[in-house]
Parts: sequence; structure tokens; C-alpha cells
Amino acid sequence: MPQTRSFDPYTENGGTILAIAGQDFSVIAGDTRQSEGYSIQTRYAPKVFRLTDRAVLAVNGFAADGNMFVKKVKQRLEWYRHAHAKDMPLRAIARLIQTMLYAKRFFPYYVYNILGGIEEDGTGAVYSFDPVGSYEREACRAAGAAQSLVQPFLDNQIYFKNQVPAPGTTHPAYLSLPDVLSIVIDSFTSATERHIEVGDGLEIYIVFAKTRDLQDFETIRAKNVHLIQELTVAEDGERIFVLRRDLKKD
Amino acid sequence: MDHFPTNWGRPRNDAFDAYGTYPIQQRPNNIKDNFNGVQRTQQPIVTGTSVLAIKYKDGIMMAADNLASYGSLARFKDVQRLHAVGNHTVLGASGDMSDFQYIQSLLDDLIIEEFTEQDEHTLGPAEIHEYLSQLMYGRRSKLNPLWNSLLVGGYKDGKRFLAYVDLLGTTYSASTIATGYGSYIAQPLLRKAVEGREDTLTEREAQAILEESLLVLFYRDARSLDKYQIAKVTESGVSISESMALRTSWSFAEGIRGYGAQTQ
Repeated sequence: MPQTRSFDPYTENGGTILAIAGQDFSVIAGDTRQSEGYSIQTRYAPKVFRLTDRAVLAVNGFAADGNMFVKKVKQRLEWYRHAHAKDMPLRAIARLIQTMLYAKRFFPYYVYNILGGIEEDGTGAVYSFDPVGSYEREACRAAGAAQSLVQPFLDNQIYFKNQVPAPGTTHPAYLSLPDVLSIVIDSFTSATERHIEVGDGLEIYIVFAKTRDLQDFETIRAKNVHLIQELTVAEDGERIFVLRRDLKKD
Repeated sequence: MDHFPTNWGRPRNDAFDAYGTYPIQQRPNNIKDNFNGVQRTQQPIVTGTSVLAIKYKDGIMMAADNLASYGSLARFKDVQRLHAVGNHTVLGASGDMSDFQYIQSLLDDLIIEEFTEQDEHTLGPAEIHEYLSQLMYGRRSKLNPLWNSLLVGGYKDGKRFLAYVDLLGTTYSASTIATGYGSYIAQPLLRKAVEGREDTLTEREAQAILEESLLVLFYRDARSLDKYQIAKVTESGVSISESMALRTSWSFAEGIRGYGAQTQ
């Protein structure tokens, strides 16, 4: 019997994604490099996608599966909009993603998903998934090539693991937006330094609850006018922005 | 009771297999395979090597040589691997040439179907690329891939377009793209020459960059040929050149020491 090597329908396209939930905002970020092996295919292939005014999905792993999955999720959300004349709530999107991933349990989408946004009660939320649909709501999550570099850093900086508060004080329950943005940017610059598959560009999506005072954000925005773009569609609802930065290209 | 009608009336001898029924898997017409009578593409047979493409001031330019190899044999030396799709798009293929010809026939049918609509709409490079992405991803998902790496380049409504799709359905776009060995050898040269200069590169400069890259590839890629074609897509449509020959120079070989025929 001749030995034949069968066709492998998967590959890995590198990159890293990350999301952090605040009290009334959510930040979802990903680098824009797409690679295969040691080759950079492109310096700009987005991994983070706006689904609705209050939901953003980051997808990492096998790029072809990722793009197809995002396309199908968007299609389901459009059908929902036509049927119910409103956007699907975040927790419902999370459950939808679970069933869509598990539907392909025996020929999985080889992608790690992180869903971020604003819950119906106005809280910032992050949901993370494995390729076959197991999911949970968390305060923060990193996934992808540099997960092993970034997640321990988040455990320390977001969950305050291995940190002892100064005598007479406690750790803050929620981090401020400027602190979260700094942590996200530092995570990616560090991952870019130490991981060859991370770099080129960084896209940070920021989703705000409708009730939130955007004063702290507007000061950041004023200093980075050319970097920040608003993506909000509906008025008087949640607001959504994207901040684009460069990462090292080597 | 023996339930097999073919055994009825025949001598029963448990020790002697008079009709040669053993071992059963070796008997004729009992060949079982996993293919259900269908062979799927598990490897490319007649293959084309690298395709190169860049954006430049007036549109996009794409280059590929004219060789289709049969393993290490340079089998067909006058094959066109650049294909015009409608009036705004060019498709370049590396990988299996029979799969490429199948893709060409699909696209030709598609263009005819769109033409017969007579609705003032034509398919641009973005649509062709989306069609091919879905085709390639669909086939990989059936574990029956079309074994190619394809480049789609075009110019429509004042916009340049350049993107890649391969047998896995992986897609991306960039201002310079190369397939196969070209992605290792030519892509760094192309990036150095093009990145940041997409809007100022002239046609002559763009062609010179591609020809230089093809030359380097011909020196190093053993499955390449010094006969090539260049396609341009601009405002005024698609044009694919006649075959041209690379101007190679081997005089440097005289100076090589350390391997080869000479002993010192």
C-alpha cells in the first residue's frame, strides 16, 4: 500500500488579540500582521471587527476560517436585525457564537474568538471562546501567538495577581480608561519585541456605554485626532471608536 | 444452515478452499479504497512557479514566466500563466496548471453570464477575488482543493486592487505580493523598491523592478524559465505582453571558487 500524505486543510496565521472590560466601557485590540511560517504575508489584515454599535469581535488563528466565521456571524446579526428591528444583545451574540462554533465540532473553525462590548445592563464585558465554542465572561483575555506573553502580564496588571496593596488601601475594583489603554499598548509593544509573529500595526476598538461621561476619552482624543476614528452608527446609544497605531515592522 | 446461495450444491470442505475464496481481500473485484471511486487532488502534477505583482502609479503590474514543470522536468515552455478576466482584472496562477485551466473556464463562463445581463455593471477585481476566495475555501472545506496560489490584480473606478488567495482559502492584500519561491526571494526586493512609493512609481520603473526580480528568481529557482510575460492593468484596461526573454549573464561564474569544475 503506497503511503500518501493527506491534504492538511489548516494553517496558522500568527498575530495576537486582547480585550479588557472596564466598568462602563470595553477595549478590544489586535495587531494587523498576517504571517505564515517565517513569511509576513501582509502588514495590514484586520483581526478585529465591529459587529454592532455595542459589540466587537476579535478573531485569531487560521485567517481563512476567521474571515469566514466573521462573515457568517455578521450575516446572522443582519437577519436578527431584519426579524426584530434591533441589534442583538451582547450575551445573545456570545451564545450565538458558541452554537456556531460547536456546529462545526467535527471540522472546527481553527480560531480563537474574543467578543467585547457593552451588556444590556450597561457594564463592559469580555467573552472568550475556544475553537469549539466553550466560553465564559471575563474581565480580560489575551489570545493568539503571544497569549503566553501577554496573559500573565494582564493577570498581574488587571487582576493584581501577586501584588500586595499598600497598607490601609485596597486594589481598585475597576481600572480607568487611560490605564487600560496604556496596558493594551504596552502589551502589544512588548509582544512585538519578543514574538516574531506580532507587529506592523495595532487596532484598538473602544466601546462606551450610553450613560458614560466621555470627558477622559475626549482629552485622549484631542491629543490623537489623526489616530482615532468614530464608528458609531446610531445616535443616543453606545459609542464605538477605533484607535490605530504603528507597531515595529521588523 | 449455509445462507449463501452460491455455496449451495457445492462440495463442503472446511479444510480445502476449492474456490480460492481466501484471503478474501486479495480476490479480484474486492478492492476497497477510501475514495468511493473518486480520486481527489492530493498533490499538484504540472506546476507553475512564482507569480509577482506590484502596485504602481497607474495601476498594477504582474509578472510570471512561461514554464509549466512536471516535477523537475521543464515540460511545457510556452504556457501563459497570466489571464485577463473582463476588462479590469488580471489573474496570475502558480501551482497546478490543470486546476488553473479549470478556474479559467469558470471565470470565462462567469464573465459571459454577467455580459449577457447587459445591465451596465461589470465585475471588478474585488468581485473576482471574492468569487475566487469562496471557490478556493469551499473546495478546501470539501478536502478537495484547487492546488493553486492565485494573484488577482486590477484597476476599476480609479482604484487599484491587488490580492492573494490560495488552496486553503487564505486571503490578503498588499502593495507587493509574490507566490511560491518568489515570496522568499522576490518579495523582499519588491518591498524595498515599492513600499511607500506606490503613488510615484512609473510604468518603466515598475517593469524594471519586476524584471530584476524575475532575473534573480531565474538564477536561483530551478523550476523557473527565462521566458516571461508582464501584465498591466490601468485606467485603460488590461494588457498582457508577448513573451519576452530575460537578459542573463553568466560571466560571473568564471570568478566562483570553492565548488564547480575547477580545482583551484
